[in-house]
Formats: sequence, structure tokens, C-alpha cells
Amino acid sequence: MENLQSLLHGFTIAVTVPHLTLMVIGVLLGILVGVLPGLGAPNGVSLLLPLTFGMQPVSAIILLSSMYWGALFGGSVTSILFNIPGEPSSVATTFDGYPMARDGRPTTALATAFGSAAFGALVGVILITFLASWVAQVALAFGPPEYFAVYFLAFASFVGMGGAAPIKTVVALAIGFAIAAIGIDTVSGSVRLTMGIDELVKGVSFVVAVMGLFGIGELLIAVEEEFSARAVSSRVDWKEVFRALGRLPHHGIALLRSAAIGCWMGITPGGPTAASFMSYGIAKRFSSNGARFGTGEAEGIVAPETADHAAGTSALLPMLSLGIPGSATAAVMMGGLMIWGLNPGPMLFVDQKDFVWGLIASMYVGNIVAVALVLLTVPVFAALMRIPFAVIAPLIVIICVVGAYSVSNSYLDVVLMLGFGVVGYLFKKLHYPLAPLVLAIVIGDKAEDAFRQAMLMSKGSLGIFFANGLVTTLVLAGMALLLLPLALQIVRLLRKPDVSAQEKVRII
Amino acid sequence: MKITSKLLLSTAAFMLAGALPANAAWQPQKPIEFVATAGPGGGTDNLARAVQSIITKYKLTDQPVVVVNKGGGSGAEGYVYGKASAGDPYKVIFGTSNAWQQPLVSKVAFNYTDLTPIAAMAQDEFLLWVKQEAPYKTAGDFLKAAAATEFKMGGAQSKDTDEVLTRMIEKAAKVKFTYIPFKSGAEAAVQLAGGHIDAHVNNPSESLGQWRGSTQRPLCAFSPKRLPQGPKVTTSEGWSDVPTCVEQGLAISQYEQPRTVWLPGKVSPDQAAYYVDLMKKVQATPEWKEYIEKTSQVDTFLTGAAFDNFIKQDLEHIKQVAGEQGWLVK
Repeated sequence: MENLQSLLHGFTIAVTVPHLTLMVIGVLLGILVGVLPGLGAPNGVSLLLPLTFGMQPVSAIILLSSMYWGALFGGSVTSILFNIPGEPSSVATTFDGYPMARDGRPTTALATAFGSAAFGALVGVILITFLASWVAQVALAFGPPEYFAVYFLAFASFVGMGGAAPIKTVVALAIGFAIAAIGIDTVSGSVRLTMGIDELVKGVSFVVAVMGLFGIGELLIAVEEEFSARAVSSRVDWKEVFRALGRLPHHGIALLRSAAIGCWMGITPGGPTAASFMSYGIAKRFSSNGARFGTGEAEGIVAPETADHAAGTSALLPMLSLGIPGSATAAVMMGGLMIWGLNPGPMLFVDQKDFVWGLIASMYVGNIVAVALVLLTVPVFAALMRIPFAVIAPLIVIICVVGAYSVSNSYLDVVLMLGFGVVGYLFKKLHYPLAPLVLAIVIGDKAEDAFRQAMLMSKGSLGIFFANGLVTTLVLAGMALLLLPLALQIVRLLRKPDVSAQEKVRII
Repeated sequence: MKITSKLLLSTAAFMLAGALPANAAWQPQKPIEFVATAGPGGGTDNLARAVQSIITKYKLTDQPVVVVNKGGGSGAEGYVYGKASAGDPYKVIFGTSNAWQQPLVSKVAFNYTDLTPIAAMAQDEFLLWVKQEAPYKTAGDFLKAAAATEFKMGGAQSKDTDEVLTRMIEKAAKVKFTYIPFKSGAEAAVQLAGGHIDAHVNNPSESLGQWRGSTQRPLCAFSPKRLPQGPKVTTSEGWSDVPTCVEQGLAISQYEQPRTVWLPGKVSPDQAAYYVDLMKKVQATPEWKEYIEKTSQVDTFLTGAAFDNFIKQDLEHIKQVAGEQGWLVK
């Protein structure tokens, strides 16, 4: 109960007029950077960082973390409305969010996303409040083999779940791994696959890839399919916001499972992006509506959003207690901590009680402020869907171009983004799944690093993946997830040789 | 708005006119970009942001200063960007000895000769760290144990400063390590705390939190004399209590990581002189002293011929180590 007392003390720090004002400012700025693709939370927070140098550390972190909450929420908006993920972690939200919005239910999609996101964040904060010291110990147990096992689990939960032919999934994964390998290799230090373009030494930014694959790719398809026929009439409907929130408890199991996955991935730290993918994959496999995922199923929005926010929130814990950032944004904030004169690490909880508990209390309050503000904006955003395609299409192109450029002020990124647009279009036309490609781009190089570090440690013996209980469990769980659909398919084939029922599933 | 900015402008111009020697005729006319060749939160990024905040606080220039991170490819992204910006005096590149070491061991599309050296502003020290509960009291104990079994040594990046130092220890003490490269020193520190590796050679700031939190401790410092006093880190010990490695029989008397500042190539001497002067002014502030102390670095200022000599000496040394390991490219 000592934690509870500290938390109450934290609330006396967080709930003051100046701090509440900072939260509102932070959240609004965050929504803005979240909505603009390419800018994103890490960039937004680093832009704001110099302004905080003169502030009290606790005020500074409240401003920055509020911006982070706002950006996490804002990132879902463009994913749902235009199929452009504003944040890497909201890619999985496009799978069902966008079809639902296109179906004339943008309000429902947005409200469902925000509601489940808020739930995920809440679970994340509660975890931080009560299990901080225990969780820090768990994270320490993760060495290279364990990291690889976690990434393996993320891949396994996603492979074979789309409606595509398994061989096409493998092709998509392989292309993704190749793209992830571009740039300098951590383990050997040598430059790979830059194809004579010097600038490619930095690797391919994930944001650039998804903006092209999803935003531009979808646009090309839409142009071809005469988008005018698909124009959506969406009324500004306040009641629907509350009705959508009211329906959330029906997805109770999905909410809890996704929150658990999110917290787990945030702490280990697989990060919010891997968490949202994994949660979506597992939800599709275990949900009774699994077959309809990808066509605008509410549960397909609930799963990634809850996990994304649970992971985003709990990712702050390893940063505070161990000094390892669980996400890109946490890394920027950690830089801030050092400049404010605080040393993230085990002693922070002892030396800087006011700071730590002020921050944790502000997570509760900040998230409430954020969800209230974003829910207010739902009808406004939903109204964007009524703008005719002829107007919105050029806007999407502009947003994608500006977004790609602003990732690292590079013209090359704009060219790459457009290239990815063509790839996205071809993938759709040829019925190749995009999700495995994206997943491989995000965690492919991390998985590779972890695998090779583990191999260095064991001098090439695969036995290291069964060396202790933790890693064995993770690997076996991964294998089970990987083989389960195969086994089920074989059983089904043996029973009934002709399968044509699953042909109509949207390939994701 | 207009009046304020004009006022600021004239104040700053006045201050600069008063402070600058006659040779620094060039003045920036548009915003200046600080390029950190590291991701947000790394040592190089912290330096760039500290310099930025000092410049802003003392209004050392009337132009805004923005920090951008180009840390891809172990920093190569930032240097390549610097090379591509030849002739542009509004890009200041913050790096390390990577600028001349990386081109030796991997096929990156730049060399330090593509850039204009401004200064080396601080030196980061290296220490040998082990897990708190490890049985070794001294570097001697550690090396004796290392001779019996092959230890796992972690570090940031491959064929970079950490691995170079690891290989130097191998040679000096006639032992063999398995070197495991991680993305950053902070990651290596966490891996050591979790007991997944046996030791690493982190900079003081990279493991400060872990030392305070009693998850790992330094055995010795790769420095000719003990580190400066400073405040106590743990309840009983501070940096100056860490013996030098030579004291403990590990014959590596000095190994340091300079934090370097560069302009793109083909800028005029006037422009380079302006930034040398700007960095000198930054270094004279109490905030700089505070930054140096907080990050446990050593304050230095090498510029001109002294900086060139430093690079040449370091290059000789690295070439030797890299040659022995078979790392040299081409």
C-alpha cells in the first residue's frame, strides 16, 4: 500500500492548475502531430524538448508525456479515415477501422478506437502503479535469446492468419526482411543492400514504407475503382459516439486479452507496434468473428488499439526503472531526463519520488484529459469523410509527401514513399498480403540482431533457445501458434477435400 | 512580434560585435541545423542539445538553432548528410571518433576529409564494468578468471570504439573474449544487469544509474590518472575512487572517446572560424561545466592543428588494431 500512498501524493503534484493546463496543451499538440503522418510522436516530442529545459522536471515530463498520449490517440484518426497510419503502431488499426469507415460508420470506428485505447492505457498505468519494481525485474531476465523468442512469437501469431495463400505470405515476409536489412548491420558493422545510394546507409524508415504502402497504394486502387461510387455520407452524430462506447463491454475478453498482450510487449520491450500486430493476429485467430476480420469488425479495432496503448504506456516503465526505452518516444524522453539532470535507472524511484509519482499520477489524469478531448473531436473528424474524393485525394498525396519528407528532411524518402505506393498497389492487385510485409519491416532487423547475438553467445548452438524456462516457453508458444493453423487446415482437408468458403476474406 | 525580434536581433548583434575578434567577419543569416549523428537520447544527441540550449540561453547567435537526429547506420547517415551539404555553413555535425574510424572498417560513403573539422569538445572516459555480485574485486581477478573461461563482453556496435577497446584488452592481457554487439551502451548495461553478459566497457554516463542502483560496478578506468573527484555516486564511492587500469596491472593507459564538431566540406575559413569561436563561448559558460560534470566527461578543447594531430594519432592506432583483426576494408 506504500505505492498507493505515493500515488496520492503524486496526484497532489499532478492535479494543479498549471499542470492541468500543460496537459491540455500537450494533448492537443499531440493529437496534431499524431494526425499528421510522418511527424509522429518521437519527432513531436523532440521538437518540444528544448522548450522544456527551463522547466521543473516534473512539469516538463507532464507536458511531454501528455503529448505522447495525444499522439497515440491522434495516430488512429488517419488510419481509420484514410488508411494512412499516422503512427507506426496504428497500422493494424487500418485493417478493420478503414473498411468500417468506408462502410459509412466513421463515428463508430473512431469512438470504438478511442474507447478501447483509453482502456488499454488505463491497464498500463495500473500495472506501473502497483507492479513497478516487480516488472523491472522481469525485464532484466530478457537477454538476446529471449528477445528473439518474443519477436518470433509476434511473427508466429501473425503468419498464416490473412486470407492469402501461405506461399504469398512467405514472399511478403521475405521482401520485408530484405527491406529491413538495408543499411548498417549492427552485428557485423558492414553496409548492406544500399545499391549504390549513399543515403540508404540509414536504412528505410518504417513510416515512409507504411505511408506509401497504405496511403498511396489505397489511393491508386481507389482511383482505378472509380471512387466516386464509394462516397460516404456520414452524419455528425453525437449519440453514436456514446452508443459505440456502450458496446465496448461486449468485447470484454478481447479488451482484457489485448491489454495483457500490450503490457507484456511494452515491458519486454517489443514495443507498441509489435504489440498491436500481435494482438490483432491473436484476436483474429481466437475470436468467434475471426473470419469476418478485415471487413470492418469492431473487435478488429478493439484488439490493436487496446494493445497499442497498453504497450505505449507500460513502455515508460523500463525507461524509468532500467534506463531502457521501450519505444522511440520513450527514448527521446529519456534524453530529456538526462538533460534535466535526472538519471533514469533503478535509483530514480528512490531519489526522485516527487518526479516519478507526479508522472505516474499525471498518466491517469493525462489519459482522461486526452480521451475527453479526442472524443469531442470525433464528429469533426468523421465529417471529413463527406469531403468529395476529388478534393481529398490530392490532399492525401500532399500529406504523404510532406510526411515522408519530414521524417528526416530527405528527398530520397519521398521517392521511396512513392515507390512503396506502387508496391502497395501491386500487392493488392496480385492478392499479396501487406501485413506480413509491414511486420517484417518493423521488427525484422531487431529479430535478426537478437538471433545473431544469441548465436554469438552460444557459439552457434540452437540449444540456447531452450536453455531456460522462460525462453523455452516463449519458443514453444511461438511454434504452437505457427503450426496450429497448418494442423487445423490439414484436419479440415482430410475431412472435406473442397474448401472454397474462405475465398471471400479481405486479404490484409 | 516584429519589434521584439528586431530588439533581440540588435541586442544579439551588439553582443556579438563586442565579443568577437576581428577575423570572425562571417555571421549566420538563417537558422542553423545541428545534426546529431546518433538517435535521440544518446551521448552525441545530449551534447548537441546541451550546446543548443546554452546558445539559446545566452543568445550567442540571433539565429534559431534546431537539432535534427541522423543516427542511422551507426551515425553514417549524419556524416553522409554532412558530405552532401558541402559548402553549406548552416549545418553543424556533432559526432565522435566515428568520423574517421568508421570509414576504415566499413564501406560507408564518406571520410572525415569530406568535412571541415571545428573542434573536439569533450572526452568521454571508458571503464571496465562487471555485475555487482561478480566475485572479482580488481581487474587482475577479472582477467585471471577470463583466462580460464571465455567471457562474454558486450558493447555498442560492431568494430566500433567498444570492440576496439575489447580487442586491446585481449591483446594486453592475453585472454580471449566473445564480443557481442548491441545497439547502444545503455542496452549493454541492461544486459549486464540481467547477467546475460560478463562485462562491458561503458562510458561513465552510460552506466551511472546502474552503479547507483547497485546492479553493476566499475573495476578500473582506462585513463592515465584517476578520474576527477566530483560528487559521490554511491553512498561510499565516487568516480575518483575507481583505480586506473594500469594500477591494476592492465597495461592500457589511455583510451578516450572525443565528442567532435564538424562543418560540411568546402566552407570558407571565416565560416569555420565563426563556429570555433561560438563553441569556445559555449565552453566558457557555467552550464557547460555543469553538463560536463553531470555526464562525467573530461573537458577539452582541441581545434586547428591540435585537433588534426589528435585525429592522425588515433587513426594510426586504430589502423593497427583493425589491421590485426582483419577489419580494414578494401
